[in-house]
Amino acid sequence: MDLTILAQTVASGLLIGLVFSLLAVGLTLIFGVMDIVNFAHGEFLMLAMYVTYWLWVLWGMDPLFSLPISALVMFILGALTYLLVIRYVLDAPMLAQIFSTFGLMIFLRFLAQVLWTEDYRRIRGSLLEGRIEIAGVFLGRPEVAAALGGIITTAILYWFLKGTRLGWALEATAEDRTVAALMGINTEWMFTLAWGIGSACAGIAGTLLATFYPIFPEAGAVFVLVTYVAVALGGFGNITGAFVGGILIGLLQVVGGFLWEPRFKDVLVYGVYLLVVLVRPQGLLGRR
Amino acid sequence: MSLLETHGLTKRFGGLVANQAIDFRLEKGELVGLIGPNGAGKTTFFNCITGFYRPDEGRVFFRGRDVTGWSPERICRAGIARTFQVVKTFRDMTVLENVMVGAFLRHPRPAAARAHAEAVLETTGLTHLADVQAGGLPIAYRKRLELARALATEPEVLFLDEAMAGLNPGEIQEAVAMVRRLWEQGLTIVLVEHVMEVVMPLAQRVVVLDYGQVIADDTPERVAKDPRVIEAYLGERFAREAREG
Repeated sequence: MDLTILAQTVASGLLIGLVFSLLAVGLTLIFGVMDIVNFAHGEFLMLAMYVTYWLWVLWGMDPLFSLPISALVMFILGALTYLLVIRYVLDAPMLAQIFSTFGLMIFLRFLAQVLWTEDYRRIRGSLLEGRIEIAGVFLGRPEVAAALGGIITTAILYWFLKGTRLGWALEATAEDRTVAALMGINTEWMFTLAWGIGSACAGIAGTLLATFYPIFPEAGAVFVLVTYVAVALGGFGNITGAFVGGILIGLLQVVGGFLWEPRFKDVLVYGVYLLVVLVRPQGLLGRR
Repeated sequence: MSLLETHGLTKRFGGLVANQAIDFRLEKGELVGLIGPNGAGKTTFFNCITGFYRPDEGRVFFRGRDVTGWSPERICRAGIARTFQVVKTFRDMTVLENVMVGAFLRHPRPAAARAHAEAVLETTGLTHLADVQAGGLPIAYRKRLELARALATEPEVLFLDEAMAGLNPGEIQEAVAMVRRLWEQGLTIVLVEHVMEVVMPLAQRVVVLDYGQVIADDTPERVAKDPRVIEAYLGERFAREAREG
């Protein structure tokens, strides 16, 4: 087999995997702090894609520059989701929690359909367009930028969680919110922050994806389903685990699809998922 | 005004009155024992002061400020720390990390928080366990860790809820010595115990709760001889025998 093609495939898998990683990190952060799965995470991603698209179409703002804006918009949307919805189901039965974010997902998806129709939209001619070549392997510049964005964002988030007072307060709240309050930590604010940051991750991923992926109301669903698998693979609530899980999923999809059959790529993803659930239900990097 | 005061503090759970019109004063530098039979309302009283319950009636004043109904984190930032009867540690964190979470309250920089946490571990004799996961510690050490974490928030008043329960006699001695040392260093302490033997040698003043009401508030010696206290603990027959000699 041609080594260059294999290298090309591995590189592609790695690049898309890093976008999954960023999405998974945001999702797992929210889950870790709240024990609530945000089923609307993919729709936040989709909205970020539209934010990027409209800034591009209406004001000619390049995705590279609209990145912080869409991160901020999604931070606010995430924080509002907590303050207006999640706060009221914190102590509710799990089904109520599931339906609250599931309902939000349905609402946002169809809202996007109503507002912007089912049409596929694309951003063409951004600063990121083009390809680069490394040792005979061609990589799309948008994909490389997206992967770099994933790494940088995760690194910043990791530093924030491990190396700042606010990060420690978040982790303390994640472990036990009663004790965290006892230590003078405002847990309400921590929950809001977790939703904000987790959603901002989806915002960044959305903008980066919008440079090379079509923008349409169901775009979030395409990415987020395997993101749940990445989160579960890494161990729920585990940031490092989600990051590794995302890369693994990307590699499995692309390399597996290449070696076997592209249309079976998701069979591999969910096959590995089932295996992990059976052998190591706490996830690859999870504890207990 | 005293450092901490409650005026007519009342807490009901349905038809049950857990705390009934409690007037309580705490002076700076005191070591007060709060005792009473099981179910007398001691923990409820703690919860009302530290923001875990909102009292139905009455007010709580700390340093002259009305802190009634404040959230636990605000109470903690104001300078009141507490431990729980049922130990609550961050199980997945190490001993040092647990204490660091508390230290961050007054030391925003991670390096400073770590240094302060290490100092607290030193005074509580936990330094050798700094890197051990809290979830795996035996109960005596987890209780001590909870104390250390509360101290790390640098409180003015410390409420200890049954800090000695579940410890063996040797561990109780150590814990008593530590509480005394902290008090001598200037901390104001309220100690809840239902075992009188722990409180009597330690406290300057003992407040006795029974059925949610204060039935005695005096020195340990006089409280121990109070017929109403004996009755609450041992029943009426013993109280009569004690009276008759």
